[in-house]
Amino acid sequence: MMIAEFGHYALVLALALALVQASVPMIGARKDDPVLMAVAGPTAVGQFCFVAMAFAALMTCYVRSDFSVVNVFENSHSAKPLVYKLSGLWGNHEGSMLLWVLILSVFGALVALFGSNLPARLKANALAVQSLIAVAFILFILVTSNPFLRIAEAPLEGRDLNPILQDPGLAIHPPLLYLGYVGLSISFSFAIAALIDGRIDAAWARWIRPWTLLAWMFLTLGIAMGSYWAYYTLGWGGWWFWDPVENASFMPWLATTALLHSALVMEKRDALKVWTILLAILAFSLSLIGTFLVRSGVLTSVHAFATDPTRGVFILAILVLFIGGSLTLFALRAPLLKQGGLFAPISREGALVLNNLFLVSACATVFIGTLYPLALEALTGEKISVGAPFFNATFAPLFVPLLIAVPFGPLLAWKRGDLLGAAQRLVGAAGIAVITVAVVFAMEGGGPILVPFAIGLAFYVMAGALTDIVERTGLLKVPLATAFARAKGLPRSAWGAAFAHLGLGITLLGVIGETQWSLERIAELKPGQTISVRRYELQFDGVTTRQGPNYRDLVAHFTVRRHGDLIGVMEPSKRSFPSRGTATSQTALMTRGVSQLYLSLGDPNADGSLAVRLYYKPLVLLIWLGAVVMVVGGALSLSDRRLRVGAPRGARGKAALSPAE
Amino acid sequence: MKSLCLVMTLLTFVAVPSAIAVEPNEVLTDPALEARARALSKELRCMVCQNQSIDDSEAPLARDLRILVRERLQAGESDRQVIDFLVARYGEFVLLRPRFSWHTALLWLGPAAMLVIGACGIIVLARRYRANFDRARAEQERLTAAEAARLSEILRSGEG
Repeated sequence: MMIAEFGHYALVLALALALVQASVPMIGARKDDPVLMAVAGPTAVGQFCFVAMAFAALMTCYVRSDFSVVNVFENSHSAKPLVYKLSGLWGNHEGSMLLWVLILSVFGALVALFGSNLPARLKANALAVQSLIAVAFILFILVTSNPFLRIAEAPLEGRDLNPILQDPGLAIHPPLLYLGYVGLSISFSFAIAALIDGRIDAAWARWIRPWTLLAWMFLTLGIAMGSYWAYYTLGWGGWWFWDPVENASFMPWLATTALLHSALVMEKRDALKVWTILLAILAFSLSLIGTFLVRSGVLTSVHAFATDPTRGVFILAILVLFIGGSLTLFALRAPLLKQGGLFAPISREGALVLNNLFLVSACATVFIGTLYPLALEALTGEKISVGAPFFNATFAPLFVPLLIAVPFGPLLAWKRGDLLGAAQRLVGAAGIAVITVAVVFAMEGGGPILVPFAIGLAFYVMAGALTDIVERTGLLKVPLATAFARAKGLPRSAWGAAFAHLGLGITLLGVIGETQWSLERIAELKPGQTISVRRYELQFDGVTTRQGPNYRDLVAHFTVRRHGDLIGVMEPSKRSFPSRGTATSQTALMTRGVSQLYLSLGDPNADGSLAVRLYYKPLVLLIWLGAVVMVVGGALSLSDRRLRVGAPRGARGKAALSPAE
Repeated sequence: MKSLCLVMTLLTFVAVPSAIAVEPNEVLTDPALEARARALSKELRCMVCQNQSIDDSEAPLARDLRILVRERLQAGESDRQVIDFLVARYGEFVLLRPRFSWHTALLWLGPAAMLVIGACGIIVLARRYRANFDRARAEQERLTAAEAARLSEILRSGEG
């Protein structure tokens, strides 16, 4: 019965431990006292245990439907399926902040447990910084967003979770996204620790790369999952809206992608140190800004923010403290960091610098577009809208040169590359692209002229991604068995890069296919009537009702025929939730290869007819499949032995350490 | 990905989007005119929604605007005239792609400026860095006075 209070207390204890962890190890690192520094590890694990207890306590309240807890009362219902009772925990502000802090402490504990090969000072400082973030956010929860508050007289039934959130996609989407967002705190903490210590080297880059990679993988999956959810839920088949909330997750993704590439240069060539540190700071700062944007209510309106500013101001203070503090520290310490290896403009390093330039510019574009209307309104009171048409017009021109450059990167040598040589090696990929352009052009016959070229670009990126692998294994030249043996011998990171870039091409192909070739049919149908798109014909058979655990479905039945042959049924529905008196629309999808038929319902009319929207979405699944392939690439790279064991650290590695003082 | 918006803003109850935005009875019989109406709709904001175009939204106001756009097009107005009319009526807020003017200059030029500044920064830094590097190496390679004396001594003894 005291579970909520127990959870509250555990969170307070976690705060106390976090305060210790944020101060003692840092003092230890300053005094070079190993005992004080060693405090970091156990406190990090302890902090995780207490936060986990608090989280488990809240979860228990949800599972037991304890409506005496305000948070449970407002977001749960006794008839809700168990999985949505659990996901209801993070389907609201207070609970999701607790999840945020839980993930933060998980990462801290992981560094404490698996960071045995880290230099003691770096580890102590990094864990202290990590804990400083925890202090700020646990305080935020306790002061402004306590999920453990009680109601004096417990209601009998809860208000239920917003029905639109009762969906498997949305049950898993926030944890994935948060693992990405919060995972970036690790590279941030390491960057700050390196700045405090004034010491940084290639080994540092090798330590942060797996963490950054892990965060990037979760971020990619989280964004893709959210996009697919929007696609099948919102009923008009859009999958990306340039919504500020989407942008809030896309900006850290762009920055992290840049960081992964610059850390590569630092690890291999000891160059771009200052820039890599700055990117690590920026990536996490963008996650914090995302949290601020979404959590403060500033998005709805600058005025909404002004009327109830407690939470917003608190997060804004956290933002100013961490971003301002870290950038100040950066400005003070960065000039002390010694630069490493020199390289020619045409080289692997040069290509990665170009990659960073375009990714960061793209990120800045999203940043400006997202915050400009807020800033303008706050400063002048003038309201403008910056929506999808703006982003499409500005983002695409920045991304196309990057896509053309992507296949060149892995083909250029470190230090000094051969552009002509790389171009010659890409002749195969370019040939595939040219053939694609010709074929698409012939098939299209009079469509927008850009479409064949865009498809060609996608094929060029995909073929280019595989060029390196094909050449190194000698595929097409040596016997298959030899090529296979060589393929097994290639470093996993080479495979990782190939898969990640291949995934990019696949996503691009899906995006172009969906946006350019999508077909739409809108009609009002009576039972027995048909609607058709491309070679598919759908017959409306009628409407039935179906009872779910906490909802009622009005199901429309359609039989789908292709060239007259029956290939299946589609059953979109209107789902009404009596607990909230609201309804959602459940679209029906039929997958044909990587394309989909998409059917959604409008409201039934008085005369018994039903408004329906039918789409044929060619190649649409490739959008998310590409993201999955990118993540597979990340996983392959993560499994590379050199990253796992912390790389060879012999005499040469020691000599490379360059104290900045 | 409206998801997050929904997950995270518990404060405001977001209207549940229905499946149908453009309704069957709105669709114009002339396909060319309808295509223009759809293209215009994608550029216009649903004033009562968060970041939705009137093409996507099922709010009654969005529907009114869609019908208004179609009426104007049927009356023979150009896309430009329709947009001008709506801006005059609702203000610039209705445009999802803001017009270029002094107060949106930073918005429109920001991305290109970022790229140019970044590129210039890289060139300048790379030059300075290379110069420093070359100077350091030249200094390393220059002989100290003692080394020079020793060298000339060796050379002299070699001659003698």
